[in-house]
Amino acid sequence: MSDTPSNGVVNVSYVRQQMDPAMPPPTSESGVIGWMRKNLFSSIPNTLLTLFAFYLIYLIVPGFLNWSLFDAVWTGTDRLACATTFQGGKLAEDWSGACWPYVGAYLKQFIYGRYPVEELWRANLVFVVFAVGLIPLLMPTVGYKRINLILMIGVFPVAAFVLLLGGNLSYSGFLLPNALVAPSLFKFWLDFAILTLVFCGIAYGMSRATASDPAPAIKQTLIAMAILAVVLLVAAVDFGLAEVETDRWGGLLLTMVIAITGIVASLPLGVLLALGRQSDMPIVRLFSVIFIEGWRGVPLITVLFMSSVLLPLFLPDGVTFDKLLRALIGVALFSAAYMAEVVRGGLQAIPKGQYEGAMALGLSYWQSMRMIILPQALKIVIPGIVNTFIGLFKDTTLVSIIGLLDVLGTINASHADSKWATPVQALTSYLFGAALFFVFCFMMSRYSIFMERRLDTGHKS
Amino acid sequence: MAVQEVASTPETSKVALFNDPKIRSWIFQIVLITVIGWVLYSMAINAATNLERQGIAGGFGFLSNEAGFGVNFSPFIAYTEISSYGTVFWVGLQNTLVIAFLGIILTTILGFTLGVARLSSNWVISRMAYVYVEILRNVPLLLQIFIWYKGVLALLPTAKNSLDLGIFGVVNVKAYFGPKPIFAEGAGTVAIVFLVAVIISILVARWSKKRQMATGQRFPVLWTTLGLIFLLPLIAYFIVGQPLSFEYAVEGRFGPRGGMPVLPEFTALLLALVTYTAAFIAEIVRAGILAVDRGQTEASYALGLRPGQTLRLNIIPQAMRVIIPPLTSQYLNLTKNSSLAVAIAFPDLTSIFAGTALNQTGQAVEILLMTMLTYLALSIITSMFMNWYNAKMALVER
Repeated sequence: MSDTPSNGVVNVSYVRQQMDPAMPPPTSESGVIGWMRKNLFSSIPNTLLTLFAFYLIYLIVPGFLNWSLFDAVWTGTDRLACATTFQGGKLAEDWSGACWPYVGAYLKQFIYGRYPVEELWRANLVFVVFAVGLIPLLMPTVGYKRINLILMIGVFPVAAFVLLLGGNLSYSGFLLPNALVAPSLFKFWLDFAILTLVFCGIAYGMSRATASDPAPAIKQTLIAMAILAVVLLVAAVDFGLAEVETDRWGGLLLTMVIAITGIVASLPLGVLLALGRQSDMPIVRLFSVIFIEGWRGVPLITVLFMSSVLLPLFLPDGVTFDKLLRALIGVALFSAAYMAEVVRGGLQAIPKGQYEGAMALGLSYWQSMRMIILPQALKIVIPGIVNTFIGLFKDTTLVSIIGLLDVLGTINASHADSKWATPVQALTSYLFGAALFFVFCFMMSRYSIFMERRLDTGHKS
Repeated sequence: MAVQEVASTPETSKVALFNDPKIRSWIFQIVLITVIGWVLYSMAINAATNLERQGIAGGFGFLSNEAGFGVNFSPFIAYTEISSYGTVFWVGLQNTLVIAFLGIILTTILGFTLGVARLSSNWVISRMAYVYVEILRNVPLLLQIFIWYKGVLALLPTAKNSLDLGIFGVVNVKAYFGPKPIFAEGAGTVAIVFLVAVIISILVARWSKKRQMATGQRFPVLWTTLGLIFLLPLIAYFIVGQPLSFEYAVEGRFGPRGGMPVLPEFTALLLALVTYTAAFIAEIVRAGILAVDRGQTEASYALGLRPGQTLRLNIIPQAMRVIIPPLTSQYLNLTKNSSLAVAIAFPDLTSIFAGTALNQTGQAVEILLMTMLTYLALSIITSMFMNWYNAKMALVER
């Protein structure tokens, strides 16, 4: 210790006292060249692959860009703008490219279908309200999720329904025989009151059977019926909106209506089916399995055929359903089966301790599902629900086969217009449709991935 | 009282019958059966009255009636316009199966290629696979079918200026005329030799595996089997005097005639189904390979295996366990999606049976029931087969 100098540094000149700064990596390892060496030309097979890929890109990309952008026609008023000299136009004989003025002329139809022009503000309002309500719901950091969800699932559909259709529905009763009371609005509300009384009676009877207090059950029944009455009332009020029949709905509007109704209707049904499949009751389980596997085993198009051809047969004489409503029923039942499997995945991911904990607290089955299990299960299947929605959104194009004019249906219908008939018309319009669907579906799939990352707590149980 | 029998202690003696979980669940289930039964019953009654009013007789008797419409694609079943609706069903099913079979094989090849490409260390290749997957996945299949059918295939040259593909035949906007194989006498011998070669190959593979397990010595199975399967039939082919020739389409007055014409509906549907499903399979394959722990690769390298061997002997067998279940549902999806043939009038089951035959006969209940049950049966058979395969591949734990 004594030979250590007082300043604590051993004075030996051959020991380096400062580290040299690190050398930059050699140029062959860094920068663009290094990156290319590592990622593109690391070996002979890899180099061949890279060259092959560049060849493929050379084959596809310039041709596609030329066709859709550089050689495309951008202005014009009819088919002559996009016709070659042989077809009566001015373009060169070997010309082929997109005909965008045709898409421009049909844009309104592709978005709204045959919705009356003077009423378009109603469709626009629905689009805007939907976007305004949906964006905060999708952002995990924004609060008020519960009220937002109630607004989007409860209030928005009713408002959209009234806005799009025009409201002012007329009811004529459904319960009492027509001979007793003539069909009228009065009879409808009389029937409704009778139905409410019957439901209250059932609630009372069930409460008595379980020896519990009947007051809360009756109260809940009354609240449910009151909400239903308000919805029916709103739909019946004359807001002065002209009626727009559903066969005038079309384009993107119709696609959205079908997809959103499908998903909103399929969620509760899917939850019930998933619970039924997990149930201890053999018959409930059997029905759920048959329902789920039955729908999942058949193509959607046969389901749509069924709902458009068979559904009218199964209904009593005189009851007719709108064409759109029939398709909606088919789509909702079909997607409910898929939704049930998604929800089941979530239910199975919840640790058994949560079920047992809920039971130990003395919660009833429905209470434990509502307050403990489902909130957790539904949260972890949000990505799955979004993916189901993407599938449903793409599958809505199938309704064009049964004659509804969704985006694809409108596109196909527009091909019959001789004003724009050219050989490039079909491909141009499909390119537009593909781009439209791609934008929506790609955004949704990004959102699904984002939620998956966010919900991934790193410790999957 | 019944209540007293259920209750065990005086405190719970007030428990009502309805509060016994067992009894309550049975009451609930009986109510459910009643409701569902009533709904089905009233639907059946309504259907019966409605059908009677429309003058449509129920039952499957219509299946033996003459269909009276032509079908332009039926490779295996003889069909003419005087064939019955029953034959229409079989022709439709045959076409659905043909599309599904070819589609599944092609989409598996394309999907696995894309999935591996997506994980390639080559940046351009993996980006290209990514762009392919994202574009194809996010555009509706029906739209893609139309793009192929009315967009791409419609841009082919007209019948007058058919494109000559040399030995692959001729193509124009009306159809693709492939070479039609003509089998002469002795072709059967070649087929038998081929089968024998396949059987010998399987036996060789088994024997070599057994030997490797016992002694550790390896046998070049791949080259032996390739040699057997290709060389033996080839030798037989020349010995019996080249019994195979191809008939090509010849220039007719209205474009090419003869050969083996493949309609654009078939091509468009197959192309769309294969490319669309391959995008999903690529993602499944990628997820499956990524699911194999990185330590497995490192351990293989440590053992001195080359990258190719690592992939073949270590990674893929383990990844297959993750891949097979979702792959099954993609195969099922492809089969079900082949029903979109109805949009471009390719004569599959949905198109000619649930479409044309239904419109002509009006036997909606019977026809849709048959169609849906057929698809359901196809789904169940496929998933049963894949479950069997999955069980075979599954990890055998001690």
